[in-house]
Amino acid sequence: MSLIEQFELGLDAPICLTWELTYACNLSCVHCLSSSGRRDPRELTTAQCEAVIDELQAMQVFYVNVGGGEPTVRPDFWYLLEYAVAHQVGVKFSTNGVRITPERAAFLAGTDYVDVQVSLDGATAAVNDRVRGEGSFALATRALDHLAAAGFRDAKVSVVVTRENVGQLDDFKAIADRYGATLRLTRLRPSGRGADVWDELHPTAEQQRQLYQWLLRAGEKVLTGDSFFHLAGYGQPLPGLNLCGAGRVVCLIDPIGDVYACPFAIHDQFLAGSVLEPGGFAGVWRDSELFRDLRSVHSGGACTSCGSYDACRGGCMAAKFFTGLPLDGPDPECVHGYAEPALAAAGRIAPSPSQDHSHRGAPVRLALGPTRLCDQSPLVPAGGGR
Amino acid sequence: MLDEAWTLTPGVALRPEPFGALAYHFGNRRLTFLKRPELVAVVRSLGDAPTVRSALTAAGVPVAHFPAYLEALRGLAATDMIRPRNPS
Repeated sequence: MSLIEQFELGLDAPICLTWELTYACNLSCVHCLSSSGRRDPRELTTAQCEAVIDELQAMQVFYVNVGGGEPTVRPDFWYLLEYAVAHQVGVKFSTNGVRITPERAAFLAGTDYVDVQVSLDGATAAVNDRVRGEGSFALATRALDHLAAAGFRDAKVSVVVTRENVGQLDDFKAIADRYGATLRLTRLRPSGRGADVWDELHPTAEQQRQLYQWLLRAGEKVLTGDSFFHLAGYGQPLPGLNLCGAGRVVCLIDPIGDVYACPFAIHDQFLAGSVLEPGGFAGVWRDSELFRDLRSVHSGGACTSCGSYDACRGGCMAAKFFTGLPLDGPDPECVHGYAEPALAAAGRIAPSPSQDHSHRGAPVRLALGPTRLCDQSPLVPAGGGR
Repeated sequence: MLDEAWTLTPGVALRPEPFGALAYHFGNRRLTFLKRPELVAVVRSLGDAPTVRSALTAAGVPVAHFPAYLEALRGLAATDMIRPRNPS
Protein backbone atom coordinates (compact mmCIF):
# COMPACT_ATOMS: atom_id res chain seq x y z
CA MET A 1 0.00 0.00 0.00
CA SER A 2 1.36 3.44 -0.89
CA LEU A 3 1.93 6.08 1.74
CA ILE A 4 -0.90 8.17 0.29
CA GLU A 5 -3.29 5.25 0.63
CA GLN A 6 -2.09 4.75 4.19
CA PHE A 7 -2.74 8.40 4.92
CA GLU A 8 -6.25 8.12 3.52
CA LEU A 9 -6.94 5.48 6.15
CA GLY A 10 -5.81 7.86 8.87
CA LEU A 11 -2.96 8.13 11.33
CA ASP A 12 -2.78 7.44 15.07
CA ALA A 13 -2.42 11.18 15.66
CA PRO A 14 -2.59 14.16 13.32
CA ILE A 15 0.59 15.27 11.58
CA CYS A 16 -0.56 18.77 11.35
CA LEU A 17 -3.09 20.14 13.73
CA THR A 18 -4.61 23.60 13.61
CA TRP A 19 -5.71 25.13 16.86
CA GLU A 20 -7.60 28.38 16.81
CA LEU A 21 -7.15 29.89 20.24
CA THR A 22 -9.75 32.62 20.01
CA TYR A 23 -12.46 33.96 17.77
CA ALA A 24 -11.51 37.46 18.88
CA CYS A 25 -9.82 39.57 16.25
CA ASN A 26 -8.89 43.19 15.78
CA LEU A 27 -9.56 42.88 12.05
CA SER A 28 -12.62 41.91 10.00
CA CYS A 29 -11.11 40.39 6.87
CA VAL A 30 -13.78 39.81 4.25
CA HIS A 31 -12.69 36.22 3.60
CA CYS A 32 -12.10 35.08 7.21
CA LEU A 33 -12.36 31.30 7.20
CA SER A 34 -13.66 31.22 10.78
CA SER A 35 -15.94 34.30 10.68
CA SER A 36 -13.93 35.72 13.56
CA GLY A 37 -14.30 39.00 15.37
CA ARG A 38 -15.86 38.60 18.81
CA ARG A 39 -14.51 36.43 21.60
CA ASP A 40 -16.69 33.44 22.43
CA PRO A 41 -17.56 33.41 26.15
CA ARG A 42 -17.04 29.63 26.17
CA GLU A 43 -13.40 30.02 25.06
CA LEU A 44 -11.11 27.40 26.63
CA THR A 45 -9.49 28.55 29.85
CA THR A 46 -5.75 28.57 30.36
CA ALA A 47 -5.96 25.33 32.34
CA GLN A 48 -8.04 23.66 29.63
CA CYS A 49 -5.48 24.74 27.02
CA GLU A 50 -2.68 23.29 29.14
CA ALA A 51 -4.56 19.99 29.29
CA VAL A 52 -4.85 19.96 25.49
CA ILE A 53 -1.11 20.61 25.16
CA ASP A 54 -0.37 17.77 27.60
CA GLU A 55 -2.45 15.47 25.42
CA LEU A 56 -0.71 16.61 22.24
CA GLN A 57 2.63 15.86 23.87
CA ALA A 58 1.46 12.38 24.86
CA MET A 59 0.19 11.75 21.32
CA GLN A 60 3.48 13.02 19.89
CA VAL A 61 1.92 15.78 17.84
CA PHE A 62 5.20 17.49 17.18
CA TYR A 63 3.88 20.88 16.26
CA VAL A 64 0.65 22.75 16.08
CA ASN A 65 -0.52 25.56 13.81
CA VAL A 66 -2.05 28.18 16.05
CA GLY A 67 -4.49 30.67 14.61
CA GLY A 68 -7.76 32.40 15.34
CA GLY A 69 -9.10 35.02 15.26
CA GLU A 70 -5.96 36.81 16.21
CA PRO A 71 -4.33 34.43 18.70
CA THR A 72 -2.01 37.05 20.20
CA VAL A 73 -4.91 39.04 21.65
CA ARG A 74 -5.48 36.26 24.17
CA PRO A 75 -3.86 37.56 27.37
CA ASP A 76 -2.33 34.11 28.07
CA PHE A 77 -1.07 33.63 24.50
CA TRP A 78 2.63 34.09 25.33
CA TYR A 79 2.33 31.87 28.37
CA LEU A 80 0.66 29.08 26.34
CA LEU A 81 3.32 29.43 23.65
CA GLU A 82 6.05 28.82 26.22
CA TYR A 83 4.07 26.02 27.83
CA ALA A 84 3.70 24.21 24.48
CA VAL A 85 7.35 24.56 23.56
CA ALA A 86 8.39 23.32 26.99
CA HIS A 87 6.21 20.25 26.38
CA GLN A 88 7.74 19.36 23.02
CA VAL A 89 4.90 20.80 21.00
CA GLY A 90 6.37 23.29 18.56
CA VAL A 91 4.20 26.25 17.65
CA LYS A 92 3.66 27.90 14.31
CA PHE A 93 1.29 30.77 14.80
CA SER A 94 -0.51 33.02 12.37
CA THR A 95 -0.88 36.68 13.15
CA ASN A 96 -1.90 39.91 11.51
CA GLY A 97 1.01 41.45 13.38
CA VAL A 98 -0.92 43.55 15.89
CA ARG A 99 1.02 42.42 18.97
CA ILE A 100 4.45 41.83 17.43
CA THR A 101 6.24 44.64 19.22
CA PRO A 102 10.05 44.91 19.19
CA GLU A 103 10.06 43.28 22.65
CA ARG A 104 7.89 40.34 21.56
CA ALA A 105 9.95 39.97 18.39
CA ALA A 106 13.09 39.67 20.53
CA PHE A 107 11.39 37.10 22.75
CA LEU A 108 10.36 35.07 19.68
CA ALA A 109 13.84 35.28 18.19
CA GLY A 110 15.17 33.74 21.40
CA THR A 111 12.67 30.88 21.54
CA ASP A 112 13.24 27.55 19.79
CA TYR A 113 10.50 25.67 17.99
CA VAL A 114 8.46 28.76 17.23
CA ASP A 115 7.46 29.85 13.74
CA VAL A 116 5.65 33.06 12.97
CA GLN A 117 3.38 33.47 10.01
CA VAL A 118 2.32 37.00 9.13
CA SER A 119 -0.76 37.29 6.95
CA LEU A 120 -0.62 39.56 3.93
CA ASP A 121 -3.16 39.37 1.13
CA GLY A 122 -1.77 42.05 -1.14
CA ALA A 123 1.77 43.01 -2.08
CA THR A 124 0.61 46.61 -1.92
CA ALA A 125 -1.47 48.33 0.74
CA ALA A 126 -4.19 49.03 -1.82
CA VAL A 127 -4.72 45.37 -2.70
CA ASN A 128 -4.21 44.08 0.83
CA ASP A 129 -6.35 46.57 2.71
CA ARG A 130 -9.35 46.09 0.44
CA VAL A 131 -9.63 42.55 1.79
CA ARG A 132 -8.08 42.76 5.25
CA GLY A 133 -9.11 46.28 6.21
CA GLU A 134 -7.55 49.70 6.33
CA GLY A 135 -4.15 49.86 7.96
CA SER A 136 -3.62 46.10 7.92
CA PHE A 137 -0.78 46.23 5.39
CA ALA A 138 1.11 48.63 7.64
CA LEU A 139 0.40 46.39 10.64
CA ALA A 140 1.81 43.31 8.90
CA THR A 141 4.90 44.95 7.46
CA ARG A 142 5.67 46.62 10.79
CA ALA A 143 5.59 43.19 12.42
CA LEU A 144 7.92 41.81 9.73
CA ASP A 145 10.23 44.79 10.32
CA HIS A 146 10.34 44.05 14.05
CA LEU A 147 10.97 40.34 13.52
CA ALA A 148 13.79 41.00 11.07
CA ALA A 149 15.35 43.64 13.33
CA ALA A 150 15.24 41.21 16.27
CA GLY A 151 17.04 38.57 14.22
CA PHE A 152 14.08 36.23 13.99
CA ARG A 153 14.97 33.81 11.22
CA ASP A 154 12.75 32.56 8.47
CA ALA A 155 9.39 34.08 9.33
CA LYS A 156 6.61 33.18 6.92
CA VAL A 157 4.68 35.65 4.79
CA SER A 158 1.31 34.00 4.37
CA VAL A 159 -0.85 34.91 1.40
CA VAL A 160 -4.33 33.75 0.45
CA VAL A 161 -4.33 33.80 -3.34
CA THR A 162 -7.22 35.81 -4.78
CA ARG A 163 -8.33 37.17 -8.10
CA GLU A 164 -6.91 40.53 -7.03
CA ASN A 165 -3.45 39.48 -5.86
CA VAL A 166 -2.64 36.54 -8.14
CA GLY A 167 -0.77 38.96 -10.43
CA GLN A 168 1.52 39.92 -7.53
CA LEU A 169 3.15 36.55 -6.84
CA ASP A 170 6.61 37.77 -7.85
CA ASP A 171 6.11 40.86 -5.69
CA PHE A 172 5.14 38.72 -2.69
CA LYS A 173 8.27 36.64 -3.23
CA ALA A 174 10.34 39.83 -3.30
CA ILE A 175 8.75 41.02 -0.04
CA ALA A 176 9.49 37.68 1.63
CA ASP A 177 13.07 37.75 0.33
CA ARG A 178 13.56 41.27 1.62
CA TYR A 179 12.69 40.11 5.14
CA GLY A 180 14.67 36.88 4.89
CA ALA A 181 11.28 35.18 5.15
CA THR A 182 9.62 32.31 3.32
CA LEU A 183 6.57 32.87 1.18
CA ARG A 184 3.52 30.74 1.89
CA LEU A 185 0.61 30.70 -0.55
CA THR A 186 -2.72 29.12 0.27
CA ARG A 187 -5.99 28.65 -1.45
CA LEU A 188 -9.03 30.88 -0.89
CA ARG A 189 -11.79 28.66 0.46
CA PRO A 190 -15.47 29.55 0.54
CA SER A 191 -15.40 28.93 4.30
CA GLY A 192 -16.67 31.31 6.98
CA ARG A 193 -17.06 34.82 5.55
CA GLY A 194 -15.13 33.50 2.56
CA ALA A 195 -18.47 32.15 1.34
CA ASP A 196 -19.76 35.71 0.93
CA VAL A 197 -16.91 36.84 -1.31
CA TRP A 198 -15.79 33.64 -2.99
CA ASP A 199 -17.60 34.35 -6.27
CA GLU A 200 -15.84 37.71 -6.55
CA LEU A 201 -12.43 36.74 -5.21
CA HIS A 202 -11.57 33.20 -6.25
CA PRO A 203 -9.06 33.10 -9.10
CA THR A 204 -10.44 32.75 -12.61
CA ALA A 205 -9.68 29.60 -14.62
CA GLU A 206 -6.97 31.47 -16.52
CA GLN A 207 -5.46 32.74 -13.26
CA GLN A 208 -5.48 29.22 -11.82
CA ARG A 209 -3.35 28.05 -14.69
CA GLN A 210 -0.92 30.94 -14.18
CA LEU A 211 -0.75 30.11 -10.49
CA TYR A 212 -0.05 26.45 -11.24
CA GLN A 213 2.77 27.33 -13.62
CA TRP A 214 4.19 29.80 -11.12
CA LEU A 215 4.12 27.14 -8.38
CA LEU A 216 5.89 24.64 -10.62
CA ARG A 217 8.58 27.26 -11.34
CA ALA A 218 8.95 28.42 -7.73
CA GLY A 219 9.11 24.77 -6.70
CA GLU A 220 10.10 23.79 -3.21
CA LYS A 221 11.01 27.29 -2.07
CA VAL A 222 7.41 28.36 -1.54
CA LEU A 223 5.16 26.74 1.06
CA THR A 224 1.58 25.93 0.15
CA GLY A 225 0.21 23.93 3.05
CA ASP A 226 -0.61 21.40 0.32
CA SER A 227 -3.64 23.53 -0.39
CA PHE A 228 -3.52 23.55 -4.18
CA PHE A 229 -3.73 19.84 -4.80
CA HIS A 230 -6.81 20.38 -6.98
CA LEU A 231 -4.39 21.94 -9.49
CA ALA A 232 -2.61 18.61 -9.88
CA GLY A 233 -5.37 17.88 -12.40
CA TYR A 234 -3.36 19.96 -14.90
CA GLY A 235 -0.88 17.10 -15.09
CA GLN A 236 2.19 17.43 -12.95
CA PRO A 237 1.66 17.09 -9.19
CA LEU A 238 2.75 19.96 -6.97
CA PRO A 239 5.08 19.27 -4.04
CA GLY A 240 3.17 17.92 -1.06
CA LEU A 241 0.76 15.17 -0.20
CA ASN A 242 -1.83 15.88 -2.90
CA LEU A 243 -4.74 14.57 -0.92
CA CYS A 244 -7.50 15.84 1.33
CA GLY A 245 -6.15 15.28 4.83
CA ALA A 246 -9.39 16.12 6.66
CA GLY A 247 -9.79 13.85 9.66
CA ARG A 248 -6.98 11.67 8.32
CA VAL A 249 -3.79 13.65 8.88
CA VAL A 250 -5.18 17.06 9.85
CA CYS A 251 -7.98 18.50 11.97
CA LEU A 252 -8.97 21.65 13.78
CA ILE A 253 -9.53 22.45 17.44
CA ASP A 254 -11.62 25.61 17.66
CA PRO A 255 -11.51 28.19 20.48
CA ILE A 256 -14.22 26.47 22.53
CA GLY A 257 -12.58 23.06 22.14
CA ASP A 258 -14.75 21.71 19.35
CA VAL A 259 -12.89 19.43 16.97
CA TYR A 260 -13.58 19.75 13.25
CA ALA A 261 -12.27 17.69 10.35
CA CYS A 262 -10.24 20.56 8.94
CA PRO A 263 -9.62 24.28 9.53
CA PHE A 264 -11.76 25.12 6.53
CA ALA A 265 -14.71 23.03 7.67
CA ILE A 266 -16.10 24.83 10.69
CA HIS A 267 -19.65 23.57 10.33
CA ASP A 268 -21.87 21.17 12.29
CA GLN A 269 -21.58 18.66 9.47
CA PHE A 270 -17.85 18.30 10.12
CA LEU A 271 -17.94 18.52 13.91
CA ALA A 272 -16.33 15.40 15.36
CA GLY A 273 -16.56 16.14 19.08
CA SER A 274 -14.98 18.25 21.80
CA VAL A 275 -11.70 18.13 23.68
CA LEU A 276 -13.80 18.61 26.83
CA GLU A 277 -15.40 15.16 26.47
CA PRO A 278 -14.12 12.50 28.88
CA GLY A 279 -11.92 10.90 26.19
CA GLY A 280 -10.30 14.24 25.44
CA PHE A 281 -8.83 15.14 22.07
CA ALA A 282 -7.28 11.68 21.64
CA GLY A 283 -10.70 10.08 22.04
CA VAL A 284 -12.20 12.32 19.38
CA TRP A 285 -9.31 11.77 16.98
CA ARG A 286 -9.34 8.01 17.34
CA ASP A 287 -13.00 7.16 17.78
CA SER A 288 -15.31 9.84 16.43
CA GLU A 289 -17.84 8.52 13.96
CA LEU A 290 -17.14 11.37 11.54
CA PHE A 291 -13.40 10.73 11.43
CA ARG A 292 -13.91 6.99 11.06
CA ASP A 293 -16.14 7.70 8.11
CA LEU A 294 -13.64 10.11 6.51
CA ARG A 295 -10.99 7.39 6.84
CA SER A 296 -13.08 4.73 5.16
CA VAL A 297 -12.80 4.09 1.45
CA HIS A 298 -14.82 6.61 -0.51
CA SER A 299 -16.17 6.51 -3.99
CA GLY A 300 -14.90 9.21 -6.31
CA GLY A 301 -18.49 9.59 -7.51
CA ALA A 302 -18.81 11.60 -10.69
CA CYS A 303 -15.02 12.06 -10.75
CA THR A 304 -14.14 8.36 -10.93
CA SER A 305 -14.21 8.26 -14.72
CA CYS A 306 -11.97 11.37 -15.05
CA GLY A 307 -8.38 10.79 -16.10
CA SER A 308 -7.16 13.28 -13.49
CA TYR A 309 -8.85 11.64 -10.52
CA ASP A 310 -5.69 9.93 -9.33
CA ALA A 311 -3.94 13.31 -9.36
CA CYS A 312 -6.48 15.58 -7.65
CA ARG A 313 -8.56 12.98 -5.73
CA GLY A 314 -11.65 15.08 -6.38
CA GLY A 315 -10.29 18.19 -4.71
CA CYS A 316 -11.23 19.96 -1.49
CA MET A 317 -14.14 18.73 0.61
CA ALA A 318 -14.72 22.11 2.26
CA ALA A 319 -14.72 23.97 -1.06
CA LYS A 320 -17.39 21.63 -2.37
CA PHE A 321 -19.49 21.74 0.77
CA PHE A 322 -19.57 25.51 1.16
CA THR A 323 -20.43 26.08 -2.49
CA GLY A 324 -23.31 23.64 -2.21
CA LEU A 325 -21.77 21.00 -4.48
CA PRO A 326 -21.95 17.24 -3.85
CA LEU A 327 -18.97 15.94 -1.86
CA ASP A 328 -18.39 13.08 -4.28
CA GLY A 329 -18.27 15.32 -7.35
CA PRO A 330 -15.75 17.78 -8.75
CA ASP A 331 -14.15 20.62 -6.81
CA PRO A 332 -15.74 24.01 -7.63
CA GLU A 333 -12.38 25.01 -9.11
CA CYS A 334 -11.89 21.76 -11.03
CA VAL A 335 -9.24 22.61 -13.61
CA HIS A 336 -11.22 20.86 -16.32
CA GLY A 337 -14.27 22.99 -15.58
CA TYR A 338 -16.36 19.94 -14.67
CA ALA A 339 -18.00 21.80 -11.79
CA GLU A 340 -19.26 24.61 -14.01
CA PRO A 341 -22.69 23.06 -14.77
CA ALA A 342 -23.36 22.34 -11.09
CA LEU A 343 -22.21 25.83 -10.08
CA ALA A 344 -24.48 27.39 -12.69
CA ALA A 345 -27.45 25.17 -11.89
CA ALA A 346 -30.59 26.91 -10.70
CA GLY A 347 -31.49 26.06 -7.14
CA ARG A 348 -27.95 25.45 -5.93
CA ILE A 349 -27.99 26.29 -2.23
CA ALA A 350 -24.85 26.96 -0.27
CA PRO A 351 -25.27 25.76 3.33
CA SER A 352 -25.94 28.40 5.93
CA PRO A 353 -23.12 28.85 8.43
CA SER A 354 -23.48 27.18 11.81
CA GLN A 355 -21.49 29.81 13.69
CA ASP A 356 -20.59 33.45 13.22
CA HIS A 357 -18.37 35.53 15.50
CA SER A 358 -18.13 38.51 13.16
CA HIS A 359 -18.04 41.94 14.75
CA ARG A 360 -21.57 43.24 14.94
CA GLY A 361 -22.32 46.18 12.73
CA ALA A 362 -19.21 45.70 10.65
CA PRO A 363 -20.52 45.23 7.13
CA VAL A 364 -17.23 43.78 5.99
CA ARG A 365 -18.59 42.78 2.60
CA LEU A 366 -18.80 46.41 1.59
CA ALA A 367 -15.04 46.67 1.74
CA LEU A 368 -15.15 45.03 -1.65
CA GLY A 369 -17.30 47.83 -2.98
CA PRO A 370 -16.26 50.64 -5.29
CA THR A 371 -12.55 51.18 -5.57
CA ARG A 372 -12.54 54.60 -7.17
CA LEU A 373 -13.47 57.48 -5.01
CA CYS A 374 -15.75 58.94 -7.64
CA ASP A 375 -17.83 55.76 -7.66
CA GLN A 376 -19.08 56.75 -4.25
CA SER A 377 -21.60 59.35 -3.45
CA PRO A 378 -19.96 62.11 -1.42
CA LEU A 379 -23.06 62.20 0.75
CA VAL A 380 -23.46 58.54 1.64
CA PRO A 381 -20.48 56.90 3.33
CA ALA A 382 -20.16 53.86 1.11
CA GLY A 383 -17.35 52.04 2.91
CA GLY A 384 -19.95 51.18 5.50
CA GLY A 385 -20.20 51.32 9.21
CA ARG A 386 -18.24 54.33 10.28
CA MET B 1 28.00 2.13 6.51
CA LEU B 2 27.29 -1.56 7.04
CA ASP B 3 30.17 -2.07 9.45
CA GLU B 4 29.94 1.29 11.15
CA ALA B 5 28.28 2.19 14.42
CA TRP B 6 25.28 4.53 14.03
CA THR B 7 22.56 5.91 16.26
CA LEU B 8 19.25 7.70 16.22
CA THR B 9 20.12 11.39 16.52
CA PRO B 10 19.37 12.87 19.94
CA GLY B 11 16.33 15.14 19.57
CA VAL B 12 14.67 12.90 16.99
CA ALA B 13 11.37 11.35 18.06
CA LEU B 14 9.79 8.29 16.46
CA ARG B 15 6.01 8.11 16.53
CA PRO B 16 4.54 4.67 15.78
CA GLU B 17 2.03 4.55 12.93
CA PRO B 18 0.23 1.69 11.17
CA PHE B 19 2.69 1.85 8.24
CA GLY B 20 5.83 2.23 10.36
CA ALA B 21 6.64 5.52 12.05
CA LEU B 22 6.93 9.25 11.73
CA ALA B 23 10.35 10.61 12.55
CA TYR B 24 10.50 14.20 13.72
CA HIS B 25 13.73 16.10 14.19
CA PHE B 26 13.24 18.82 16.80
CA GLY B 27 16.43 20.54 15.68
CA ASN B 28 15.88 21.00 11.96
CA ARG B 29 12.09 20.45 12.23
CA ARG B 30 12.05 17.92 9.46
CA LEU B 31 9.41 15.24 9.29
CA THR B 32 10.17 11.92 7.62
CA PHE B 33 8.19 8.75 7.16
CA LEU B 34 9.65 5.34 7.95
CA LYS B 35 7.59 3.19 5.70
CA ARG B 36 8.21 -0.28 7.16
CA PRO B 37 7.92 -1.56 10.74
CA GLU B 38 11.18 -3.48 10.20
CA LEU B 39 12.97 -0.24 9.34
CA VAL B 40 11.61 1.30 12.55
CA ALA B 41 12.99 -1.65 14.53
CA VAL B 42 16.38 -1.23 12.88
CA VAL B 43 16.50 2.52 13.53
CA ARG B 44 15.46 2.09 17.16
CA SER B 45 18.14 -0.51 17.78
CA LEU B 46 21.02 1.26 15.99
CA GLY B 47 22.33 2.97 19.09
CA ASP B 48 22.73 -0.29 21.00
CA ALA B 49 24.05 -2.37 18.11
CA PRO B 50 27.80 -2.61 17.47
CA THR B 51 27.26 -2.09 13.74
CA VAL B 52 24.49 -1.40 11.26
CA ARG B 53 24.93 -4.95 10.01
CA SER B 54 24.20 -6.40 13.43
CA ALA B 55 21.13 -4.17 13.81
CA LEU B 56 19.80 -5.39 10.46
CA THR B 57 20.47 -9.00 11.35
CA ALA B 58 18.89 -8.68 14.78
CA ALA B 59 15.76 -7.21 13.16
CA GLY B 60 15.54 -10.27 10.92
CA VAL B 61 16.28 -8.44 7.67
CA PRO B 62 17.48 -10.94 5.04
CA VAL B 63 20.91 -10.16 3.56
CA ALA B 64 19.33 -9.82 0.13
CA HIS B 65 17.36 -6.82 1.44
CA PHE B 66 20.36 -5.04 2.97
CA PRO B 67 20.88 -2.73 -0.05
CA ALA B 68 17.30 -1.43 0.15
CA TYR B 69 17.63 -0.84 3.90
CA LEU B 70 21.00 0.85 3.47
CA GLU B 71 19.46 3.19 0.93
CA ALA B 72 16.69 4.07 3.38
CA LEU B 73 19.23 4.61 6.16
CA ARG B 74 21.33 6.88 3.93
CA GLY B 75 18.19 8.89 3.25
CA LEU B 76 17.65 9.26 6.99
CA ALA B 77 21.30 10.23 7.44
CA ALA B 78 20.94 12.94 4.79
CA THR B 79 18.39 14.75 6.99
CA ASP B 80 20.33 13.99 10.19
CA MET B 81 17.68 11.63 11.56
CA ILE B 82 20.49 9.14 12.27
CA ARG B 83 24.19 9.85 12.59
CA PRO B 84 27.46 7.95 13.00
CA ARG B 85 28.31 7.07 16.57
CA ASN B 86 31.68 8.24 17.76
CA PRO B 87 33.96 5.33 18.62
CA SER B 88 34.36 5.26 22.37
